[in-house]
Amino acid sequence: MTTQMFGAPIRRKEDPRLVTGGGRYLDDLGHDALAAAFVRSPHAHARIVDIDASEATEVEGVVGIYVHEDLPGRVGEPLPLLIPHPTLTHGRTGYALAKDEVNHVGEPIVMVVATDRYVAEDACQRIRVTYDQLPVVVGIEAARSGELLVHDDVPDNVAAHMLQEVGDVEAAMAAAPHTLTLDLDIERSACMPMEGKGVYARWDRDRGELRMYSSTQTSTGVRAAVAAKLDLPLAKVECIAPDVGGGFGVKIVHPWPEEVLVPWAAILLGRPVKWAEDRREHFISAAHERGQLQQVTVGFDDDGHLLALDVKLWHDNGAYTPYGIIVPIITSTQLLGPYKPGTYRCEFWSLYTNTVLVTPYRGAGRPQGCFAMERTMDAIADELGLDRAEVRSRNFILPTEMPWDHGLLFQDGRPLKYDSGDFPASLAKLKDLVGWDDFADYRRQAESEGRKVGLGIGCYVEGTGVGPYEGGHIQIETSGRVNVSTGLTSQGQGHETVFAQIVAQELGVRMEDVFVTTGDTRKMAYAVGTFASRAAVMSGSAIALAARNVRAKALRIAADALEVSPEDLEIVEGTVRVKGAPATSMTLGTVSVLSNPLRYAFDEAAKAATQFAGTFDPDKPPVAEDEEPGLEGKDFYSPTQATFANGMHAAIVETDPVTAEIRILRYCVIHDCGTMINPMIVEGQVHGGVAQGVGGALYERMAYDESGQLLNASFMDFLMPYASEVPTIEADHLETPSPLNPLGIKGAGEAGCIPVSAVIASAIEDAEGFPITRMPISPYDLWELRRRHADGEIPSLHRTSRTTSTPSPSSKEPTA
Amino acid sequence: MKPAPFEHHAPLTVEQAVSVLTEVGHDGKVLAGGQSLIPILNMRLASPAHLVDINRVAGLDTVEVTPEAVRVGALVRHAGLERSAEAYAALPLLRQALVNVAHPAIRNRGTTVGSIAHADAAGEMPAILALTDGVVEVAGPSGSREVAWSDFFLGALETSLAAEELAVAVRFGRFPAGTGTAFTEAARRHGDYAMAGVGVALTVADGVVSGARASFVSVTDVPSVLDLGPALDGVEPGSGEWDAALDTVAEAVRGHVEPEGDIHASADYRRMLVTELTRRVLPQAADRAGAIA
Amino acid sequence: MTDTTPATETLHDVTVSVNGVRHSAAVPARRLLSDFLRHDLELTGTHVGCEHGVCGACTVLVDGQPMRSCLMFAVTAQDHAITTVEGLCSAPDARTAPTGESMNPVQQAFAECHGLQCGFCTPGFLTTVTAYLEENPSPTSEEAREAISGNLCRCTGYQNIVKSVLRAAEIKAERAEERA
Repeated sequence: MTTQMFGAPIRRKEDPRLVTGGGRYLDDLGHDALAAAFVRSPHAHARIVDIDASEATEVEGVVGIYVHEDLPGRVGEPLPLLIPHPTLTHGRTGYALAKDEVNHVGEPIVMVVATDRYVAEDACQRIRVTYDQLPVVVGIEAARSGELLVHDDVPDNVAAHMLQEVGDVEAAMAAAPHTLTLDLDIERSACMPMEGKGVYARWDRDRGELRMYSSTQTSTGVRAAVAAKLDLPLAKVECIAPDVGGGFGVKIVHPWPEEVLVPWAAILLGRPVKWAEDRREHFISAAHERGQLQQVTVGFDDDGHLLALDVKLWHDNGAYTPYGIIVPIITSTQLLGPYKPGTYRCEFWSLYTNTVLVTPYRGAGRPQGCFAMERTMDAIADELGLDRAEVRSRNFILPTEMPWDHGLLFQDGRPLKYDSGDFPASLAKLKDLVGWDDFADYRRQAESEGRKVGLGIGCYVEGTGVGPYEGGHIQIETSGRVNVSTGLTSQGQGHETVFAQIVAQELGVRMEDVFVTTGDTRKMAYAVGTFASRAAVMSGSAIALAARNVRAKALRIAADALEVSPEDLEIVEGTVRVKGAPATSMTLGTVSVLSNPLRYAFDEAAKAATQFAGTFDPDKPPVAEDEEPGLEGKDFYSPTQATFANGMHAAIVETDPVTAEIRILRYCVIHDCGTMINPMIVEGQVHGGVAQGVGGALYERMAYDESGQLLNASFMDFLMPYASEVPTIEADHLETPSPLNPLGIKGAGEAGCIPVSAVIASAIEDAEGFPITRMPISPYDLWELRRRHADGEIPSLHRTSRTTSTPSPSSKEPTA
Repeated sequence: MKPAPFEHHAPLTVEQAVSVLTEVGHDGKVLAGGQSLIPILNMRLASPAHLVDINRVAGLDTVEVTPEAVRVGALVRHAGLERSAEAYAALPLLRQALVNVAHPAIRNRGTTVGSIAHADAAGEMPAILALTDGVVEVAGPSGSREVAWSDFFLGALETSLAAEELAVAVRFGRFPAGTGTAFTEAARRHGDYAMAGVGVALTVADGVVSGARASFVSVTDVPSVLDLGPALDGVEPGSGEWDAALDTVAEAVRGHVEPEGDIHASADYRRMLVTELTRRVLPQAADRAGAIA
Repeated sequence: MTDTTPATETLHDVTVSVNGVRHSAAVPARRLLSDFLRHDLELTGTHVGCEHGVCGACTVLVDGQPMRSCLMFAVTAQDHAITTVEGLCSAPDARTAPTGESMNPVQQAFAECHGLQCGFCTPGFLTTVTAYLEENPSPTSEEAREAISGNLCRCTGYQNIVKSVLRAAEIKAERAEERA
């Protein structure tokens, strides 16, 4: 019998290749290509007065030097605004090369193409750009004040202002027995994949065809955008995502300036051109995320039930908005997590600053939303003297209430409607795993040893698998080899493996016979991309549907040949056979031969399909009217809405009583992404997400100074965690299937990082006894907070005053 | 991020190296391990016209232990010194500090003498040279000279080494019998430059402290030594007096260091941190002094 | 910056043994070892993640010791023996069909334990761990974590890499036993 493939922790098909040096990432290709490098703005806001490249042209090996004026037609027009939205009234995008003005440090101004990157950088160093510096807007407070403007024609720096309301928040708030207001702050971080971006383009002059490779999360998106920019027929452009060294969101944005310029130069010069982004470029000219100021006002009853939730968000979108306002929309909707808010109003302002643009980073606005909601839950519990888990539990949407429609519009323009989830069961599992009820004893024990420890919790719901669609194509060769393709791309999620598992299961073939291609527009021209934890849901479902089509076709052909009914057949390890009489059988390879009526026998097996072989019905055409030649099938999956995964995390932290150093002692995760295709891979995704979350909670920030210089644009000072900084993660799963798709699956890619800042803040607050309202937090930050707390600038938690005999003079508000 | 062009010189002897350095003067830079230099070159924060690569110079790769000192040649990699059993037996402080220098792959290439010549106040080994009252052996066009650590470090990234001179070795001084040493530092991430660090040497005779000193990482402009004798001499480690003496030490450290703030921590925080680290590390040294005595 | 850029850079003949094979190429003095391996020798298994020595993706073995190839010049590597990820594997062409046996124990363990996701940083971990296990054949879990603490990975959260190090030690011992 075929072993169960779907749901098993199968080893990855990718790995033998990747661990032996066989990976082919962008800069591993095109050894004959010219190299591009860029002169980028050293100023955050300036007018370009003059560009003098005369010294650079003398550098031996320089092939071309290009400024904005050199860019013809649409190449010189602003880059597209990818996701327009009615409330994005002042969307702005940059140019491939800056025209007249630069709006952040790192904006490209001049492109140099040379024989290699060393020489290209030599030339860049010799190009003199004269600037007129303009006033700089850095930070949300400065942007919000509107005193100085990033774009002259954008009043108050507001790109978008959006308001969604469900119920009468004002009335509910006025009637609420208790209210609290929290002011919260989350700083910027970034995706920071180990491989930067990169583009490599070849122009076939004879055929007028462009082939480009990009380290992208959407090869179909890049292809369409580049064809449009360069005014080429789509049929003459192909785009391939090779092995991609991590994405986490930043590579979904397209076209990046370089994705337009490199192919343009390749065509112009008639020679292959490549650009591989270096680390400094990635820091100052890719994208960041997370920066928000938040104000939450909440009304609740004596039992901690939410009655009214009124949220204001100020979102830093950086200098441009090519990806629209997806991030703050997600924050404003996913903030609700597993809870019923009673009534809800969320208003946000998306603001320009003279900094690198802001586009989705794993979690995409959810970590900020979760932070706001979970800080609020902890504040309610503290106000009422209730257990923090209990307050959460009282506000949960229950399994019997699913599907739950929040009455809001989600990031895909469709209703925010949860399909399934069992939040009480998740919480029970989490409390068990972390030992929630025993923590008080543990804390007493620790305190008696002079140690400070705290327990934190955070819950989230994540809309995954958004549309519009993905497709799957499956073709079985006469050898029995099964070729599978889907258009979205892979950056380490194990798509080759999980999609093969789906096909192996659905078709009844061996894993080793299945070969998956992703992100190649030659193989699948219709696709959207890899983002929003959507690959398994979207492409997985599409591939399953395609596999079912191919299976049905194989059974029809085999049934005909074996003269039995298709219902009597089964497929086991690539062989179609009669149930109960396995000797009556044929391999799928043979079925493939028969599926393609031949005139010419190209090998021994093919003879069976030629026109004088065997018997046939002379009244029927060789290919039946409703069939196509070949054992292949294609299908698309396009859901009406997203599917909602969820999870809950808890952590125990210890803070040094003197140095304020913060150590995570335990980190526990309960994760529910519906039915799991491969639990090993799901767990790997959770680990990676939590590690990025820990980075965002304790280590990573973008340190801009007032003039808009990024002070820590290196791995030396941007503190991405090493293994020594990441705790061991204890994970357990719940599988609440999604009713929305054929496999019952939900997305898993982003989940791990969503609640981490909320959880760590909760735990530190619990250890310290005063509110934590700003993340990330360093030992120095905590030490400063302690000082301000000691000086009476920050109130104690009520918990502290309740458990000690000294009454606290602090105000009801958790923030100073 | 690719370095600008430079002319590469690969002398085979110290004399050749000195003669090239003399020729190229301030346009030249010595390349040994390159673990601090090459990142700067890759980022084009420096573009020397000449690199004098001493990796092929014979005779610079040895560690020698004498009764007075541990002598470390200019091509001894941090890892080589860290692993040297003889050096550890003679001066355990070296290994105690070296394991804090970046990560193993960097220590496999970076040289101890190079990090001292680089004179970064955030580096561990300049502080250790100071703590051990060490000496730098210098070769120049007019022969050899020896420079005491206190004359060697002039400022941040600045030494008394002339452009035409090569540091061929350093000698870390050994401590008298009955001395225990310890080193600790706090970094944001394991292996990063420390926010603050401290090395201590504490000598115990007849059960009481007879001498103690400390030097610091990342909290002073140039390596410097703080004499802890006034606070600790005559005190029995672990006794009732000891805790009070540690308070006095803390006061002295607080007054001695001159940290600066940066994006990772303020000056005040660093001052607090190095004070606390000193408190925590002294008992370790006292323990070890006891074990040796 | 320097004003003395020669019109044409002097090329140096560099001969290095890489994975047991002698390779020669004429390169400028400033050619980083990482670029020499990747672009001159077309051994692209070694990856470049930061070019300032922090991430460890470019780690190769120089005379058996892990070092950052982005912090070495090819001219300095003259006459040294370099091992890259391609050389850890004993199969003639590992890229086409590597099997468990042809991979070294560390490679096999990473594949078994899901010790990689995008795979970009992986070659640096593999070289680092291979050298580490030579010196410490049976590390504890804490030691294994410390051994990999000089390499950045953005995908895995390191947990399965720690597991891979421990598993690699087991495989190594098993293979040694089989040979005995």
